[in-house]
Amino acid sequence: GCPKDDFQEELVIRPLHSGDIYASFQFRTLWETDFMRGNKVSHYRLFPKSLGQVISKFSVRELHISFTQGYWRTMQWGQPFLPSPPGAELWVWFQDSVTDVDGTWKELTNVLSGIFCASLNFIDSTNTVQPSASFKPLGIGNVTDHRFLRYATLPREIVCTENLTPWKKLLPCGSKAGLAVLLKSEKLFHSSFHSQAVHIRPVCQDWQCKTTSWELRQTLNVVFDLHTPGQGKLEWSLFKMFSRTLTEACPLASSSKIYIDITDDPQGEQFEVSPATHLLSQAMVLGDRRTFSVYDLTQQITFGTVRSLNLLIRWKSRDMLRPLLHAERYVAGYGLQTGEIHTLMYNNHPYRSFPVLLLDSVPWYLRLYIHTLTVTSKGKDNKPSYIHYQPSKDRVRPHLLEMLVQLPPNSVTEVTVQFERALLKWTEYTPDPNHGFYVGSSVISSLVPSIVAMDTNSTREQPLFSSFFPCKEESSYFMRVYTEPLLVNLPTPDFSMPYNVICLTCTVVAVGYGSLYNLLTRSFQIEEPSPGLAKRIANIIRKMRGVPPL
Amino acid sequence: MAAPLTLLLLVAVTVRAALYRSSLADLISERVEVVSPLTAWKRVVEGLALLDLGVSPYSGDVFHETPLIIYLFHFLVDYAEITFMLADVITAVALYLSVKDYNKQVFRKQKYALEADRYPLDCLELIRSPKEMQYIPLKVAMFYLLNPFTILSCVAKSTCGLNNAVIALFVLSTIKGNVLLSAIFLSLATYQSIYPLTLCAAALLYLLQRQYIPVNLRRFSFWWFVAQYAFMYLGSLFVIVGLSFFLLGSWDFLPSVYGFILSVPDLTPNIGLFWYFFAEMFEHFRLFFLCVFQINVFFYTVPLSIKLKEHPVFLIFMQLAVISIFKSYPTVGDIALYMAFLPVWSHLHRFLRNIFLVSCVLLACSALFPVLWHLWIYAGSANSNFYYAITLLFNVAQILLVSDYFYAFLRREHHLSHGLYLKRKDGSEATLVLK
Repeated sequence: GCPKDDFQEELVIRPLHSGDIYASFQFRTLWETDFMRGNKVSHYRLFPKSLGQVISKFSVRELHISFTQGYWRTMQWGQPFLPSPPGAELWVWFQDSVTDVDGTWKELTNVLSGIFCASLNFIDSTNTVQPSASFKPLGIGNVTDHRFLRYATLPREIVCTENLTPWKKLLPCGSKAGLAVLLKSEKLFHSSFHSQAVHIRPVCQDWQCKTTSWELRQTLNVVFDLHTPGQGKLEWSLFKMFSRTLTEACPLASSSKIYIDITDDPQGEQFEVSPATHLLSQAMVLGDRRTFSVYDLTQQITFGTVRSLNLLIRWKSRDMLRPLLHAERYVAGYGLQTGEIHTLMYNNHPYRSFPVLLLDSVPWYLRLYIHTLTVTSKGKDNKPSYIHYQPSKDRVRPHLLEMLVQLPPNSVTEVTVQFERALLKWTEYTPDPNHGFYVGSSVISSLVPSIVAMDTNSTREQPLFSSFFPCKEESSYFMRVYTEPLLVNLPTPDFSMPYNVICLTCTVVAVGYGSLYNLLTRSFQIEEPSPGLAKRIANIIRKMRGVPPL
Repeated sequence: MAAPLTLLLLVAVTVRAALYRSSLADLISERVEVVSPLTAWKRVVEGLALLDLGVSPYSGDVFHETPLIIYLFHFLVDYAEITFMLADVITAVALYLSVKDYNKQVFRKQKYALEADRYPLDCLELIRSPKEMQYIPLKVAMFYLLNPFTILSCVAKSTCGLNNAVIALFVLSTIKGNVLLSAIFLSLATYQSIYPLTLCAAALLYLLQRQYIPVNLRRFSFWWFVAQYAFMYLGSLFVIVGLSFFLLGSWDFLPSVYGFILSVPDLTPNIGLFWYFFAEMFEHFRLFFLCVFQINVFFYTVPLSIKLKEHPVFLIFMQLAVISIFKSYPTVGDIALYMAFLPVWSHLHRFLRNIFLVSCVLLACSALFPVLWHLWIYAGSANSNFYYAITLLFNVAQILLVSDYFYAFLRREHHLSHGLYLKRKDGSEATLVLK
């Protein structure tokens, strides 16, 4: 029969302690098919055809692409379910049957650029790296040769409606039914943080992993600012956030749910949710057991008599919390000659230390000096146990620095490295050179100790938001933190003067040539002075008369 | 002569040691006029650190020194200051000894020419006496050691000092007449930066003159000597390059060192003409102008050798000056080397025309370089054109200095053969022009 496919959609709403609200949409399509087989797949139902063709044509094993506007403020908002750096980020694991990975990568970025209407064609060898340890596959597979992995970021990429529209078109119900009707661009882009992503990977269908299916997850994370709508009242509703309410689930979805995080307020003292629901669910997410109120959109009673669902969350009081792992990055130094990149990593666990993998990809025009790398924790030197450094080559590839650092409990670890700014050719500057050049976010990946035991059985029925990162151990969960991108100024030449410079420099060379030529080819002679003008005219007249000259 | 020289060496070493211990050392080692991407000490340390990390220093674009430097500093990195001070001392002593020997030969030739009555009667005041030539070697050593450019270069631990030492040893061995050592030191100098290749012609002319082999293209003895020298030079060059290959096990250093010097990919500002020119070059013409600028350094060799075949030491001075001005990444250390030779031609100063102007311009430009760099990079109130203008002026001043000395040298030679006080046909005083 037909290969089995399944579509699930969910929305998680988490009120944040700063008063902002975090909404995370996940749309997952599971399809038991084999793109790598000889005979091409031709009948697509729930899985979008454009992505299926991308997978089979470019022999992709895993693809992760995200477009983010804004920076996730970990200190105020806690940890996101799915972290992403500002700008565009793309990382791909290719199958080991690919012979020319760089050529396939170039074609893939151009095709994805067309699919998502983004300028991913700016991804080239100068901002692509092959991390050796930080981006292990998130799906199943037995190839871990990092020659088949490519990672690139474009921190300058701006996300707008043109990127949202093709993303929405990939959904089975489009934006016509189900949770996707809430995705209206006027409200979504009027937010503090907005990130849309597509993740494709092969997963196991059952416990023994006898069959594998392809999983496509489309995620959209958005944080709405408390103060933006101008009301100032600590009250959120679906209508206020998205200017729409829900009327039905997507008919093609096997599950369509809304989860509201009420862990911090089980008794309803801090905020109240209406319409009330009796469905409760508990899930292990980010190392913590959280409780959620569940609204099942496949049940007709959820919509009530008005046949539309507008969830309302009203705050009564506030509190603050501290995330376990969080990082900052900034550029120190003054002037346009040198500088220093400082990355600070905070471990807020009271007694446990854990290792983190720091990945830094710095463009070639900021020349890093690796002998100035210092890692200090609590004022003392903290030597990393694994350093993988690939120096940059001018105009070909960026620096790649990956380190495994052990963060002591309740401490700040500071990583500093000095760099020198290069002067580029005048054609290599962007049209706004004094804006500066972007350095992509650092990626910090780590296994953070969890407060409660995690469930390692990944095939059990779980909400989508807690099943993204595979869980291998019970005592820790995987977390990825992105730092801020940096904006660095480079010294600029004068762009209005190419012709003048060429002329002046050639003049100096000609002065050298001319002096030496004169001295080499001429010899000293006694100068016979030429007579004055009057005498010369007199001589001419005398010659005409036939008389000897003066 | 040993005592004043020792005193001079002590003073020089003291000045350098004092500056090493002060806070100025870090500041000086960052100055772009003193260090270039080829010679910076920071990059040597970076290359050694990359080697410790297990990555080849030539896999990136930060390290452009030759493998022998890696090998040398692998053992000497803790004694780097002493190494650079020793290099300066070796250069000064080598220049001292070579100028002393050269002066002896000049005086001897002059004596023979006087006895043979080859000089016209009125140019007796141009004849040099041993008394005036006595202090010249000491002055040469002083000009090198106490030149602020040399001191800055040493305190910054720029490997230009090592290059200067090798070239000075080459000059010493050439003037002493030792053909093998001359070839070996020249090949070491060429191995470090390609441009000393042009000194081959000067060395050949000098050694031929010293062995009384006439420079006649039809004679076998001339070609036999040239072949011998070329064999020794190329042989030692191949041995050194082969040794470098075995040191790191790959040929990566060839594009990283020589490809870098010739193709100028790094546009870090320096005191030369290349950086801004190629920063503003239209991409279409880049290769053409790169070839033009590189040929510019090499093609003065043949005309200068033909004109100065009787005076190979002056030819060495001219070649060193041309290399220092027109090379792709010049620093003040290169300038210090050819300026050290100026006391040898101190008898020419009556024929120098522009020396006051040139020295004022050089002093002013040396003072303005750091000022305009600060205004561009740190204060942000000037732009790159200011620094570029001073670069142009500095190079024009150097070119005028060199051509002025060349003019004075040729003029003195002319006077020595035609007489000092020249008269016109009607008996009145004549003026000499170049026609």
